[in-house]
Amino acid sequence: MSPDWPRGLYQLLKAQNIRQVSVVPDAGHMELIEFCESDSAIELVRLTTEEEGVALAMGAWLGGDKSVLLTQSSGVGNCVNMLSMLAVSQTPLTMLVTMRGDWGEFNPWQVPMGRATQPVLEAMGVLVSRADRADDVVPLAEGALRIAYNTLRPTALLIGQRLLGAKTFKD
Amino acid sequence: MSTAERGSGGWLHRREVVKALLADRGDLLVVAGLGAPAWDATEAGDHPLTLPLWGGMGGAAMIGLGLAIAQPDRRVLVLTGDGEMLMGLGSLATIGARRTRNLSVVVLDNERYGETGMQATHTAQGVDLAAVANACGFASCSVVTAMDAITRLRGDVHAGAGPLFAQVKVAADRLPLVLPPRDAPHLKNRFREALLGAQAYFH
Repeated sequence: MSPDWPRGLYQLLKAQNIRQVSVVPDAGHMELIEFCESDSAIELVRLTTEEEGVALAMGAWLGGDKSVLLTQSSGVGNCVNMLSMLAVSQTPLTMLVTMRGDWGEFNPWQVPMGRATQPVLEAMGVLVSRADRADDVVPLAEGALRIAYNTLRPTALLIGQRLLGAKTFKD
Repeated sequence: MSTAERGSGGWLHRREVVKALLADRGDLLVVAGLGAPAWDATEAGDHPLTLPLWGGMGGAAMIGLGLAIAQPDRRVLVLTGDGEMLMGLGSLATIGARRTRNLSVVVLDNERYGETGMQATHTAQGVDLAAVANACGFASCSVVTAMDAITRLRGDVHAGAGPLFAQVKVAADRLPLVLPPRDAPHLKNRFREALLGAQAYFH
């Protein structure tokens, strides 16, 4: 499986002038991370925990930079209180969230946060959309970025596990 | 040093420290962590290029990093407390790994959670924040216990090779609250306008 949406996302980030991309790695974001890493015009910020990326977005926006946070669904749980800052200050950020625990999941420990991802984001004032087909990823990401940066609020695109391909630990 | 021996005598006064650090601040960009550091920075002079935090505990240093990356030609100072820094220890690793040269993190360490009843933080048990920052790769790390060192520290914040980390030992005094504006869009917009000009509103 070699879908083209990671390249499409990278081209979208370039077209939308996203300068800071923060990340705790996920297999689903592997190719996008590599594209960003090899682009000297993008600052790829590796985090120890995803909430750092939320705070980074605040500083980036204060300084005039647009940013995106790449995270797995489990990382959304690490962001909850920090998201208060974006909501209360009307600061934009788009989170691109690769889902675990919502289709064919192998690891039972991924399921609770996978189930909670969308309600938790919405409870914190993040506008959420969801892609379940590869063809939808880039257009929905573009919509999420436009809403975030035109209307000054955090948005998230959830990228479904069925689209990503569930890990089986048998390969 | 035990709690009983600490008292305020012999420990730096946090508001004097912050006033000295922010003296003649020029075009310095400042993030002040929630609680006492935000009140200290406000007493030193409310300023559009200071973002005082009312929440986001554990995030102050990362806000500084995002700002420092966006504005590589400006100096960025994060002023925060020991409790706030302990909640975001991982951010020291993130900053150290990037070796961001225009960023300074100064922790006003009173060994207490000041806003919640002066309960002890881990620094009261000897946890050494400056050693953590050093181990994370900060270019300069120090524990500051004297006012004359604050003058030097101020110079390094403006002109030294970062990332710089300083842990300033301050007295656990209860001081009058000096509150900054709390309207977050206002704080954000005035910061962006002071930094980016009218462009702040055309994005």
